[in-house]
Amino acid sequence: MTTKTITVVRDLLATNKQAAAAIREELHGRGILCVNLLSSPGSGKTTLLEALADRFRGHLRMAVIEGDIETERDAERIRAKGVPAWQITTGGACHLEARMIGKVLGDVPAAIDLLFIENVGNLVCPASYDLGESLRFVLLSSPEGDDKPAKYPQAFLSADGLILTKADLLPHLPFDPARAAAEALAIKPGLKVFTVSALRGEGVDGLAGFLVESLERLRSGRA
Amino acid sequence: MHELSLIASVFEVLETEARKHRAARVLSVVLRVGVFSGAVPDLLESAFDAYKKGTIADGARLEIVVVPVKVRCPDCGGEAVREDADFSCAACGSRRVEIVEGRELVVEKIELET
Repeated sequence: MTTKTITVVRDLLATNKQAAAAIREELHGRGILCVNLLSSPGSGKTTLLEALADRFRGHLRMAVIEGDIETERDAERIRAKGVPAWQITTGGACHLEARMIGKVLGDVPAAIDLLFIENVGNLVCPASYDLGESLRFVLLSSPEGDDKPAKYPQAFLSADGLILTKADLLPHLPFDPARAAAEALAIKPGLKVFTVSALRGEGVDGLAGFLVESLERLRSGRA
Repeated sequence: MHELSLIASVFEVLETEARKHRAARVLSVVLRVGVFSGAVPDLLESAFDAYKKGTIADGARLEIVVVPVKVRCPDCGGEAVREDADFSCAACGSRRVEIVEGRELVVEKIELET
């Protein structure tokens, strides 16, 4: 009986990264812009998607993959807006992984422009998992407080954009959007920052415009 | 709390390597875990202990090497270890730094009994 030590150097997220790369390639090939939304529970991801569904109706075709621990509630809200939606219930897992998206991808119709993934509400774990998205946005709602970026730096570090939501509540709260943005930008320079009230439709046009530009960029970059 | 799914990936590596080297048991595992990997060393240890029972690594020791965040500055070429969420360059103050270490989650070494 002998013992031997072997050096392996295997990335634990390698399987997820490979699955994500395959999804990204497929979606780029189909000319679909995929957006992964990360935030704490209750920061307004579904409400923002409802507002975007209203904004894009008749212009762009969107579809949504919903991630939650339990229930079809979010997918039902999106379908009520006339947008196709698939619900992934993780049954307890705190994040979505690329292979979960891969399983749904075959059902997503070819003729869409924007595919949103609403991750499980959690500002920690989803940050570590690439889902093959083109853009990642973190949402931070005004009731959560403007001190969150430095407390959960990983989510902000991994993002392309920050959406400050529930702007309609700002008059009633000590939340300072400039402070939240500055803190997030200190972690991730170049982060695109949007302030919206999805309930009132304020700021949604700016975000929609950015998504349209990103979609055009993705399509013009294709061979 | 996604440490259990990470440990499941560790065991995939252990089983593959044990089969490849015809090992009877896994005696120890070394993981490199970046401070900014999103995984918590204590939780990885608990998950490893819960997962190993009845497997080829039953009784195996887990060693975690915590890797600090290291940034490289493309403006001045400086490299520095940063201990908080301030990722600016320690030498020139530039904010355009890239993180070169501290995000890894890697099975580094395995000790096998053959």
